[in-house]
Amino acid sequence: MQLQLEGVTKQVGAETHIHKLDLVLQPGKINVLLGQTRAGKTTLMRLMAGLDRPTAGRVLVDGQDVTGVSVRRRNLAMVYQQFVNYPSFSVFENIASPLRLSGGLSEQEVKARVGAVAERLHITHLLDRLPGALSGGQQQRTAMARAMVKNAPLLLLDEPLVNLDYKLREELRAELKELFSTTATTVVYATTEPQEALLLGGHTVVLDEGRLLQFAPTLEVFHHPATRRVAQVFSDPPMNLLPATVRAGERALYLNEAVAIPLARHLAHLGAASYTVGVRPSHVRLARRKDSDIAIDCEVELSEISGSDTYLHVRFKTGKRKALDWVAQFSGVLNLAPDSHVTLYIDPSELFVFDEAGNLSGSPDRIVDLTAQPAAVTV
Amino acid sequence: MARIELAGLGHRYAGNKDYSLQPQSMVWEDSGAYALLGPSGCGKTTLLNIISGLLVPSEGRVLFDGKDVTTLPPEKRNIAQVFQFPVIYDTMTVFDNLAFPLRNRKMREPEVRSRVQEIAEMLDLSGSLSRRAKGLSAEEKQIISLGRGLVRKDVAAVLFDEPLTVIDPHVKWLLRRQIKRIHNQLKLSLIYVTHDQIEALTFADQVVVMYNGEVVQMGSPQDLFETPAHTFVGHFIGSPGMNLLPCKADGDRLWLGEQSLALPPALAKTLGGIAKPLTLGVRPELVQVAAEGEAFDTEVLRMEDLGTVKILTARLGGELIKAKLGEHDTVVTARTRLRFVPERTMFYADGHRVA
Repeated sequence: MQLQLEGVTKQVGAETHIHKLDLVLQPGKINVLLGQTRAGKTTLMRLMAGLDRPTAGRVLVDGQDVTGVSVRRRNLAMVYQQFVNYPSFSVFENIASPLRLSGGLSEQEVKARVGAVAERLHITHLLDRLPGALSGGQQQRTAMARAMVKNAPLLLLDEPLVNLDYKLREELRAELKELFSTTATTVVYATTEPQEALLLGGHTVVLDEGRLLQFAPTLEVFHHPATRRVAQVFSDPPMNLLPATVRAGERALYLNEAVAIPLARHLAHLGAASYTVGVRPSHVRLARRKDSDIAIDCEVELSEISGSDTYLHVRFKTGKRKALDWVAQFSGVLNLAPDSHVTLYIDPSELFVFDEAGNLSGSPDRIVDLTAQPAAVTV
Repeated sequence: MARIELAGLGHRYAGNKDYSLQPQSMVWEDSGAYALLGPSGCGKTTLLNIISGLLVPSEGRVLFDGKDVTTLPPEKRNIAQVFQFPVIYDTMTVFDNLAFPLRNRKMREPEVRSRVQEIAEMLDLSGSLSRRAKGLSAEEKQIISLGRGLVRKDVAAVLFDEPLTVIDPHVKWLLRRQIKRIHNQLKLSLIYVTHDQIEALTFADQVVVMYNGEVVQMGSPQDLFETPAHTFVGHFIGSPGMNLLPCKADGDRLWLGEQSLALPPALAKTLGGIAKPLTLGVRPELVQVAAEGEAFDTEVLRMEDLGTVKILTARLGGELIKAKLGEHDTVVTARTRLRFVPERTMFYADGHRVA
């Protein structure tokens, strides 16, 4: 199923909740809606579903205008953050309810459909229970089974795992990805978490303050964020952003007006101007790897040690401008005392650069093998 | 600040024959930052409620600096609490909200002012002290709740119950750092309950991992990651969790499915003395693609690109193994040889670590 938004906007009173946007979802694939709280994800989903009517613009399903057609007459299913189940119905009856509502199926067919979807979500053994007797994870599995039993061509999930435990989330997310890869359903999945978008793969729409900032294959958005804001929304730990300039007649970026970084190949086209340089925390290193690496002297603020990784918060004091806060991510344990000095290294070929307007001027060369997403290596 | 001692502490809810909290004893040192970590239903909220005084345990005692507080209600325990959702007064200014716990204790106004300013500075609230709380976002309100919890110096402990749930991921990074700095400066005793491992691990000096009403390990983040005492800790800490693979020790050989490797003599002796079924545990970070040397031959199933790392999933016998590889690593063959870093490979029997 192809869902298309054409010049859609949403005004509520004097406030603009969705600025004019065009979007053609990837049919039969996962489309992640990534944005921080109040970015407009839920509003956009409600417009897609027909729960709300856009102020302007059209919603098209397979080329047909469905703007203003109510959700009841659309063929879609939705899953919310809060697990919504009928408390007095058994898990079986909860899952069967959409089929009973639309009618036309024999009891035997209902049983078969519910059985099949319950098996896929690993809740077959719970079918006789009431939702109240289930754990949070089981309740959300039930809600998902109910959404999926209709085999609707469009499935909208609004932060469906946010209320679950970390480990449960990890497990369910992997299962969902597997499930979605085997259906022809167009999936829209809203999340605030960059990691979740990367784990789900597919395509990603980045939303911010009601604006669509970028829509492309997930890894492409990650490796080539169209704007500085996209890079901020789509990185965890956050990308380090620093002011820099290219001076007239020179082929180097001056970080904080002090540290000169020769322009790497992917930045060769930069003209004299002010820029923002982006460095991923995992690209900040403790030791020099190449002769071309640039050394930066920093003062340690705090080591956050997770066991597998150390997040080193440092202050970059070089230069005339005010001190800048950085995060560096290292694998393993590195316990540095606050206020101690440390020299960190960055590789000029790994820098992201944004222009004064915030648009991407250069990102590291990258071969993104899209065929390598979700099931990579063909055996 | 206080040293908190749990002596033979256990709890069964009325009418239940099973313990929600298994009887156990432990000591939480003064000025420590502790995290209680575990899945829903593991007993961490029960334990927190016993420490805060909301719940009287069915057995055992709670001591604050040696004084028995087991049956004292929360308001008599001299603790501060921060909950999942903001608890503040909408009609008051940010300043008055932060000052509330101090004025409530009849602190003199000049002291109130300096204390509020100090905490506001640390949480970047200095600019908004005169604003009314009403117009603030949920996130800003939660930051004020944190400030209220941290404003008193004379509390026995500050208890946090999932305090960053409503906070956006990128702001969490800043807030965690601020809470940690406040802890370093003020040396408050902090107890932080969460199901989010990154939050627990980066916040705490000591993490208390709970599972089925039992504390299965208390240790530093490094201990939990490098030497999990229990398979649950291996699984729960880390993302993806530890690979846990059934294995057999036979003389000086270690068998995984149909394949075997040589065991060092000391390890062979230890494992040979254990009658129960053995499980090998190795972190995905410590599984390496090996060109040569002793390694297991595995079938490559998939490779997931997560931007800054790649996760390889492979099959060895009937078991799946995950390996965390670098962002530029590739495996293009249908089979690959995987090596487990020997000194970082653990062995478990009945869930507990044996070697």
